[in-house]
Amino acid sequence: MLTQIAYALPFLAQGFALTLWVSLLVVVLSLIAGVLLGVGLVYGPAPLRWAVRIFSDTIRGIPILVLMFFVYYGLPAIGLHLPSFWAAVLALTLFKTAQVIEYLRGAVGSIPKGQSEAAMAIGLTFRQRLAYVIFPQAFRRFLPPWINGVTDAVKGSALVSLLGITDLMQAINQVIGRTYEAMPLYILGALIYFAVNYALSLASRRLERRFSFIRE
Amino acid sequence: MSTSSNDTPALLDVRNVSKSFGAAQVLRSVSLRVARGEVVTVIGPSGSGKTTLLRCVNFLESYDSGSIRIDGKEVGFRDSGTRQRRSERDLAAMRAETGMVFQSFNLFPHLTAAGNIMLGLRKVRGKSEAEARSIAEHWLGRVGLAHKADSLPAELSGGQQQRVGIARAVAMEPKILLLDEITSALDPELVGEVLAVVRSLAEDGMTMLMVTHEMAFARDASSRIVFMADGGVSAVGPPKEILAAETTNERLRTFLARFRASHF
Repeated sequence: MLTQIAYALPFLAQGFALTLWVSLLVVVLSLIAGVLLGVGLVYGPAPLRWAVRIFSDTIRGIPILVLMFFVYYGLPAIGLHLPSFWAAVLALTLFKTAQVIEYLRGAVGSIPKGQSEAAMAIGLTFRQRLAYVIFPQAFRRFLPPWINGVTDAVKGSALVSLLGITDLMQAINQVIGRTYEAMPLYILGALIYFAVNYALSLASRRLERRFSFIRE
Repeated sequence: MSTSSNDTPALLDVRNVSKSFGAAQVLRSVSLRVARGEVVTVIGPSGSGKTTLLRCVNFLESYDSGSIRIDGKEVGFRDSGTRQRRSERDLAAMRAETGMVFQSFNLFPHLTAAGNIMLGLRKVRGKSEAEARSIAEHWLGRVGLAHKADSLPAELSGGQQQRVGIARAVAMEPKILLLDEITSALDPELVGEVLAVVRSLAEDGMTMLMVTHEMAFARDASSRIVFMADGGVSAVGPPKEILAAETTNERLRTFLARFRASHF
């Protein structure tokens, strides 16, 4: 049994690399899109605020699996054919973006209005106020839910296997298909996912402590 | 009315400014001039529009009609007179010319005392790190906090925080300093140290417009006092005239009587 697993390891490693690649893409893209749209939701003009609000509420109300199938099987109906890999990344990114928007809104909303006013009063422009006054303070509140969301992204990336993409999950299933050793391989898979996410939450806790000097 | 404001060109010229929040009119055609080097205090019952007026002067609040000029330049709207809001960059540049000190201090909690002062100097005035630091240290010295340069706001007392707030505002060398009830959030024993700083700035010729409930301070430090009631200017004059118990202005007399009853 162990020899079989050892034999499968390079194959699993490839799947694991793909899992990390998908997760990284989703996390980075959703961070950029979510922060931009989140700023739009908090500070934008009414039409933009409404648009972001509708986007976020809609996306968060749909199961992620439905979203993924919709992007892969549904969008071709309007002429948008995405390869399975990018359809999966797009679906997961949309889902995560909606979450990042809410984290950002919560974090920025927790900063007292006086902070923006004081920053305005010394003549900082909107971007400068965000960069030097609002974001540094909001960061500490943004971080814990966001890191949580990153671990969710790593776990959620297992769904891409349902579009036939050979990530860690799919690799495990394929090895099981050859060896009929389900239990040890699922345990191995669980351990790998756990190791990644546990490392992330440790990093998160260290970061939080580093920024804990910012008191209310 | 005092004559001093009409002889010299006004640094701050507020003309017929009106503003409503929904159905409530908070400013009713307010006009007010502050000459260079003058200290003008605004008093009045709560809800009379004092703070709103102050916030309009650096355009933290917009207003519906009228004009506010500092050194001849319209504050929030383009000079064309079309009531077109200035661009973000323009507004920021205009606001850098007015200093503001807040009731709730509003220090940046993630920056040290020196860092609070340096931020505007670095990012708005474009000064080097070293230059900004030395200016910050100079002003911290002026407000008696040279030894607290590297303390975070949370490590300072209320009075110390407010003195940093003042230093942060004046370090930008504003044309006019706006003080919005800056001692109202302080424990009584800390009020004196903050007022002493304001007094020394006044002696240096800093132009100031302040809202305060410290009548004794208003009497001693101001060139003129403006009494506001129901969103309008009800009386303007030198402290002696305004704070005299025998004033004929009914509203002012009621305000002062109430004020004396609650404070003494």
